[in-house]
Amino acid sequence: MTKDFTEIWVYLSASPLLGLTVTLAAYLAGSWLFKKSGRNPLVNPVLIAVAAIVALLWATDTPYETYFDGAQFVHFLLGPATVALAIPLYNQFHQVKKTFGALVTALLCGSVTAAVSAIGIAWLLDGSEQTLLSLAPKSVTTPIAMGITEKIGGLPSLTAVLVILTGIIGAVFGRIVLNLVRVKDMRARGLAIGVASHGIGTAAALQASEVAGAFAGLAMGLNGIATAVLIPLLVTVLF
Amino acid sequence: MLAALTALLVFQLIGEVVSVAFGLPVPGPVIGMVLLFLALAVKGSVPADLQTTGQGLLSHLSLLFVPAGVGVLLHAHLVAEEWPAITAALVGSTLLTIAVTALVMKWLMPNEETDET
Repeated sequence: MTKDFTEIWVYLSASPLLGLTVTLAAYLAGSWLFKKSGRNPLVNPVLIAVAAIVALLWATDTPYETYFDGAQFVHFLLGPATVALAIPLYNQFHQVKKTFGALVTALLCGSVTAAVSAIGIAWLLDGSEQTLLSLAPKSVTTPIAMGITEKIGGLPSLTAVLVILTGIIGAVFGRIVLNLVRVKDMRARGLAIGVASHGIGTAAALQASEVAGAFAGLAMGLNGIATAVLIPLLVTVLF
Repeated sequence: MLAALTALLVFQLIGEVVSVAFGLPVPGPVIGMVLLFLALAVKGSVPADLQTTGQGLLSHLSLLFVPAGVGVLLHAHLVAEEWPAITAALVGSTLLTIAVTALVMKWLMPNEETDET
């Protein structure tokens, strides 16, 4: 029986089916817990799914590459989904036009705050220069952030980790901060989440409302561009 | 659904080509998003098929980050060495950015829909 199980396991772990199924199942479980908790943002489905899968890979000694053989089918859809963010943006564009001046100003303030405060806090706590540089673009979407880090002399692989962690922090704590500063308007809430925590934050904002999702998606795109321009300038001033 | 999915992929593909051809720091899908937006603006409406497919994809946007999230957490040791500084910087900066952006937007926005408490 043990031998059979081992054989089945060897067979399954060589096929992409298992990685794909595990990804979907872990996410469904996370979503179920999220709903059961009364949509408590602390019970974030991405965080739960990621933690469960990491534990599983670790327990079964499965390399990430084997898992990714299956998970890549899910990962691939990030591209078309990013393109699809144009749809809520188009549907809500009358709102964007009305608030455009405020939106651009708030976005630039947020973009500078994200970079300066991350560098500042890490500097106060004796972070190394490489860490400071790798932290600077943490609020923008992964490919942009890694490109910026490479340009300014940080560590792109560290930035990739920091970007994902930033996304999860924004998705988990964003609603709490927004309630704390008493901003109720969905346009401002979406914008803030998109600027601070890119796509993972946008995903959380879309679950709140289409208006918030549209502003978050727009903020993510614009902040990517703003940060790519601002950070190299900022770094020449600060370092 | 198939036509809509193809349209999304075509826009992504054009975006990737533009990004690489001009050496832009902006990734292909983001350029694809801008191009699709412009196309919708020219057309003047969202085709029903695209609306349904796009909404379906976006309603599960969180799911799509799971594989990357797993990959990244397996590399969490990169953070280990300076974890107190990094944790403080990530949490502090992210929460501060959310507060600053939201408050600036709230103050500057034409406030016809704001509900003061």
